[in-house]
Formats: sequence, C-alpha cells, structure tokens
Amino acid sequence: MSDAIGFFDEHQIAIWTIAAGALSNACCAIIGCFLVLRRMSLLGDAISHSVLPGIVVSFLLAGRAPLPMFLAAITIGLLTAFCTQSLVSFAKVPEDASMGVVFTSLFALGVFLLTNLARDVDLDPKCVLLGYIELVPLNMTDFGPWSVPSDVLTLSAVLVATLAFVLLLWKELKIASFDPALASAMGLSATLVHYLLMAMVALVAVAAFQSVGSVLVVAMLIVPAATAHLLTDRLDRMVVIAVLVGVVSAVAGYFGDAWLDATVSGMMALAAGAQFALAVLFAPRHGLLAKALAKFGLTLRIVGEDVIATLYRAEEPADQHAPEPGMAWGQCARAAGGGMAAWLAIVANWLGGDVSWLGHGRICLSAYGRRRAASLVRAHRLWEAYLGEHFQLPLDHLHAPAERLEHYLGPQLQQNLESELHTPMTDPHGRVIPPGGPRAADL
Amino acid sequence: MNWPSSWWPNYNTIVVLAGTSVLGAGAGLAGCFAVLRRRALLGDALAHAGLPGICLGFLVWQERSLPVMLCGALVTGLLGVLVVSLLRRYTRIKEDAAIGIVLSVFFAAGTSLSRFIQTGTTGGSRAGLDSYTLGAAAGMRAQDVYLIAGVSAACLLLIVACYKEFKVVAFDPGFARVQGWPAVALDLLLTALVAVMVVIGLPAVGVVLMAALLIIPAVAARFWTERLSGVLALSALMGAAIGSVGTALSSRFSLTPAGPVIVLVGAAVFFISMLAAPRRGILALRLSQSAFARRFAEQGVLGRVLAAEAEAGPIVDIDDRSTAAATRRLIAAQAVVRDAQGQLRLTVSGRRRAEQIVRGRRLWQQLFLNSPELAPLYADLDTESIDALLPPDLIQQLEAESSTAADDRSEAQ
Repeated sequence: MSDAIGFFDEHQIAIWTIAAGALSNACCAIIGCFLVLRRMSLLGDAISHSVLPGIVVSFLLAGRAPLPMFLAAITIGLLTAFCTQSLVSFAKVPEDASMGVVFTSLFALGVFLLTNLARDVDLDPKCVLLGYIELVPLNMTDFGPWSVPSDVLTLSAVLVATLAFVLLLWKELKIASFDPALASAMGLSATLVHYLLMAMVALVAVAAFQSVGSVLVVAMLIVPAATAHLLTDRLDRMVVIAVLVGVVSAVAGYFGDAWLDATVSGMMALAAGAQFALAVLFAPRHGLLAKALAKFGLTLRIVGEDVIATLYRAEEPADQHAPEPGMAWGQCARAAGGGMAAWLAIVANWLGGDVSWLGHGRICLSAYGRRRAASLVRAHRLWEAYLGEHFQLPLDHLHAPAERLEHYLGPQLQQNLESELHTPMTDPHGRVIPPGGPRAADL
Repeated sequence: MNWPSSWWPNYNTIVVLAGTSVLGAGAGLAGCFAVLRRRALLGDALAHAGLPGICLGFLVWQERSLPVMLCGALVTGLLGVLVVSLLRRYTRIKEDAAIGIVLSVFFAAGTSLSRFIQTGTTGGSRAGLDSYTLGAAAGMRAQDVYLIAGVSAACLLLIVACYKEFKVVAFDPGFARVQGWPAVALDLLLTALVAVMVVIGLPAVGVVLMAALLIIPAVAARFWTERLSGVLALSALMGAAIGSVGTALSSRFSLTPAGPVIVLVGAAVFFISMLAAPRRGILALRLSQSAFARRFAEQGVLGRVLAAEAEAGPIVDIDDRSTAAATRRLIAAQAVVRDAQGQLRLTVSGRRRAEQIVRGRRLWQQLFLNSPELAPLYADLDTESIDALLPPDLIQQLEAESSTAADDRSEAQ
C-alpha cells in the first residue's frame, strides 16, 4: 500500500496529465459515436471550432470559472447548428458550404478576440489552439481529503453529465441515429434530439479544449468513434470501444510526448490516428485485410469448384472409351480459368481430399470429390434446363448464367428445380443431369 | 509590428495588400468549383493536411524556403485528399468522418512536427512554423506576392482554357462521362486547382482559416447571379476586395494576425449578400413571396366574384382579413367596384382579368391531368400568365381537351 502511494507521489504529474487526457477523450468518444453514426462529423468539427468566441468572451468576463464557459459554449454551439440549418433552408446554400461559412466566421471571431482583446489576460493563443494539458497538474484544489487538479474535477463532472445524457436518452439517440424518419414517425422529436446532441458536443468540446486544444477536439470526437465503428456493429460496444481507444490515446500521447518531445495533444491525436489505421487494416469484419481474405476465400472456393466440375465433365465420356483416367493438371487449371487462383485451388482441392494425384502430372476426382462435383454439375444443368424451359433463351446463352449460379444452388433448391421441371434426365444440350438425393450415393 | 498610423500606406503595406487581394481573387475563383462540386470542406481538410508538409519541407531543405515548404504542403494536402477518397471507397467510413479524421490527424502530425523541429537543434525557430496555424500576412515579401500572382494567373488561364469542360464536370459529371469527356481527369484537375490555391494561401491566412477564403466569396457571389461566368468573376472580385479590405483594416488598427480580420470582412460580405442580393437574397425572396401571395389572393377574389355573378348575382364582401385586403387593392385598381348595396361587381377590365384567371385555372388543371409529373416544373401556378409560360400549340391542345371534357361533364349531368 505504501508502495502504491510512493509510486503515486513520484509520478503524480504523469498520472494527473494522463487522467485529464483520458477523461476528456472519453467524453469526446462517447458523443462522437453519435456524430459518426448520424454522418454529422463535420458539424462536430464546426462546433468544436466555433465555441472559441464563447470561450474567449466568458474568459474575458469571468476568468477561468468553468460554468460561464460551458454556458457560453453551449449557446454558441447551438447557434452554429441553428445558423447552418437556417442557411440551408432559408438562403439555399449547400450544407457543407453553409457549415464552412458559419464555423470559419465564428472561429475567426474567436481568434480575433483572443489575439486582440485578450492580450492582457493570461490566455495564450497557442494554448487555446493546441491545448495546455501539461499545465493541468499545476492548478490543484482540495476535494475532500485529497488534493486534485481542478481540471480533472471539471472533466469528471462533464463525463458524468455525458454518461447521464447518453444513458437517459439511449433509446432515443439510437433510433434518431439509425432511422430519423422512424423516430419522427414514432412521435419522437428528431430536432430536439439533434439540438440536445449539439449542446453536448459544445459541452465536451469546451471541456476537451483545455487538454487537446480547440482544433484537435475534432480528432478526439471523430477518430475513436470511427475506429470503433470499424470494429463492431453494435452501438453499445461501439461506445465502449471508442472510450477505450480514447483512453489508450491519452496514455500513448503522454508517453509519445515524453519520448519525442512534441506536444501531448498532437501525440494523442496521432495515437488515435494510428489506432484508426490499424482498425482500417486489421478489423475483424470491416478491415481491409479481412475483406481481402474473405474475397480470396470466395475466389478459391469458386475456382476449386470449377476445377472439380471440369474433372467431372472430363470423366463423363470415359464410360465408352477411356484412353487414360484423369486429366493433366495444367489443362485442368486452364479450363477452370487459369492463373494463380486455379493452381492454388487445385492444391486446396488436393488438401481437402477432392482430388487425387495419378502421377505424371495428372489428377482425378476422389470418390468424395466426385459426389461434390456431381452436385455442382447437377446444379448447372438443372439451371440450364430451367432457363431453357421458362425463358426461351437460345442454347448458347444458357451456359454463362448457369456457370455463375451453380456455386449457390444447394440441395434444397436443386430438388425444387427438379420437381418444377418434372425430373428431367438431360439438360437442353442433351447432356445427362447427374441424379441427386439418395441415388447420388451410387456414383 | 508597428504600422505607421497615417492613412497613406508604406511599401510593406502595399506589398501585403497586393498579395492578399490577389490571393483572395485566386481563392475566390478556385472556391467556386469547390462549392459547386460540394467539396467545400474538402478544402478545409486540404489546408489542415498541408501543415505537416510545410514542416517536412523545412526538414528536408533545412532552411526557410517558401516554394519548397509549399510543395511539401501540396504533397501532404493531396495525400490527405487521397486518403479521404480511399477511406470512402474501401471502408465503411463515410465521407464526413473521413474528412474529419484526415483533417485532425494530419493537423496533429503537423503540430507535433513543428514542435519537434523547434525544440530540436536545427534552429527551427527561424522557420516561423507557428505562423502557419493562423497565418501571418504581414510577413509577406515581394517575391511571395509574385509567387501568389503567378499561381493565381495560371489558375485563371486554366479556367479560361477549360471553361466549358470544367462547367460540364462541375454541374453534371455523369453527363460529362456519357458525352465522352475525360471526367475523372478533369475532376482531378479541379481538385488540383483548389489544392494549389489553398496551399499558396497558407502562409497568409493559416491552415485553420484558409477554407473560409475558398468558400465565403463563392457562396456570397452565388447570391448575386445565376451564371457560372458571373459567379466566377464576382467571386474573384469579392475575394480580392475581402483580402485587401481585411488587410487594410488589420494594418490600420494594428490587429494581428490579419487572417481572422480578413475572414470577418468576408463574413460581413456574405451576410450583406445573403440579405440584400436582388433575386436570391433573403429580403428579395421574402418580397417576391409576399407579392405572389397578394396576387394569389386578388386572383381568388376575382374568380369568386365572377362565379357569383354568373350564377346568382353579385356577392357581398367576404369578411376575411386576407381577402379584405385583396378586395381593397382590387377596388383601388378599379378591377371591381362596390355598388349601392355594398356588393362587389366586376368592371370591364376586371371581368377580362377574371375570365383570363378562370381560363388559366382550367388549362393548368387539364395540363396536370394529362401529365402530373410536370407539376414541379411549374410550381408557381400563375393563372394569368399561362400564355407566357406555355407554348401556344400546347395551349390550343389544352383548350380543345378541356372544352371536350366540359362537354362530357354536362352530358353526364
């Protein structure tokens, strides 16, 4: 226990800095999830810029007191959302341009006030733009028996407010995020939810501007939420993952700063960006790698099925006069489309026990492979028969669609086709349709 | 920075004024296409993504060379745009989130690099990297102005040379592709145009506010005219005016940096345009709406009086505030008169107008019966000017159809 206290005392500055970063990132991440889902990330960006004049004015009037600052920022945040919407509906300005006009103007006003009126106050432009999280541990207040940085107290209060907002309005936010039309139809005011959310964006933007600065708030709003969006399809998990990403960014940002001597805020945003890049590449379902693998697996399955179907068709006339069993594997690969995929598919078929080696570069179907191939060829020819029966297509137009669909016609569909066609023996080209069901076992 | 307090500007001020006004004009030109292609905020992402490039340019060259740093900014800015389009194309991240991610992460990389350079041993404080966040127009030198002027002139030449192509791609890329234009290449060229203008503006107005210089003149100019050539010219003019007035104010009253002042002047220009523009401005829209409403009410009264006279004789004044006002106006215009019993009667000219209104109503009805899909095209159903709105042969056809329809109705009765 005394060890823990000793460790805490020794690393107090690091711990408080990381705590402030983690708290503000968590607030941003929670609210950011709804922004990302509602495709309003850029309104979050706009509000996080435009709260600046609110911050400066409240600073000039009331100093560092958090409450006036929050009120001013919420007012300006709502004003931004309202002005953007009004420009779109009354002045027919495109939405993105209207956002661009409103937030750059308000931000310019903020910078103007900051650099010209607030010169004598200790509000450094660079700190406002890039954050001053390094200064958090310098401003301690008493909280019960403990001495805690006042910013950490404020951020904790904002986190509690954010959590309360999200938990109380969970259902409403969820419906309004995924289906605003349904929300309106159910009598839930999507507009009210929208403006409440915007007020929360302004609130967390002010809370976070101290740690990451007003420009990089948007990084903490959007990047963790977008990362979580890549990793899961469930809203509750998305919020939790986004918070985790935000906290990891805070820790990594602090140590990155200590290592490279850059800025904590910049390194936090970069850490979030790195996590996002990892998610883009390696996310289990929506990542680029997973998508490429799934696509490759599908290619391998389809080409592999084409290989065994080719072998099956080569075996068919063998009943009458067979010079040699099987097929040269180069020839088979070419017939199945050729290329790398075909060679890999043959190897995969061999590993899967569909194909056996005959030596001298020749391959043939195993008993198991023959049953699978028969099912494929059956699907192919049944579909050709069905197309020929119902669509009056010329004979040479039947093969291509059947070649595509054969991979997706399972036993049940095959049976349906067969009964629909009254159990045909041959396809329109006159080739025998392999039997299905119990008779397939005789093959 | 101590500017002389006389109104007569000195050499430095003139250089900066020239630079910001040419920059404003160039950004105004390029911004029109960005706004038309709904890419206004991509310009913002581009500007933010330029910051790390400026720092990298400094790291590579080891001294403050504006062209090298701006080339760096161009490279990372375009990289940012590329990342946005790749994210949108290959992941489930939507465009807005992609722009936000690129903007913030690249900017973070820029601030980290800049701090890294300045705390390092390379003497980076000379680079003035901090000034790129909010810009420092006052630090502009004559050669910077030549660079800005050269790039803006090149943009202007490009726009003049490819005017038709850019127009088609900006308004209807699908049509451009179908017509066999190299739509993708032209689109890339437009993006490059915007990128170049954004990048050369960074030293003067900074990465955070550069988007304003791109968006505000274009959106403000759009209020005043409907033609692309007009929007382009006006936007360039407004950009130049915004840049020079902003700089002048900033130097006269020692307000630094100039970037925010320029943007605030732009906001004022936008606000005035939005209110006062003759056709699309909010005041003009309100006026024309209320004029239309008045006219509509008058037409309603005339139609009712005509119907009443045809059936049961004159009607008593309608006791309704909106129609009462319309009636007063009609009496003043001598379209109706009040007879001794206080009842309304049409005058000769009023009768002519009322008959035209009733005919117009009948013809519009027939038109929308025939082809309801046309309704949105003729949203303001002006019953009196139907002859001006529709071609004469269509009018004749509608007349014929509506009279046979009336015959059918009377036969059915």
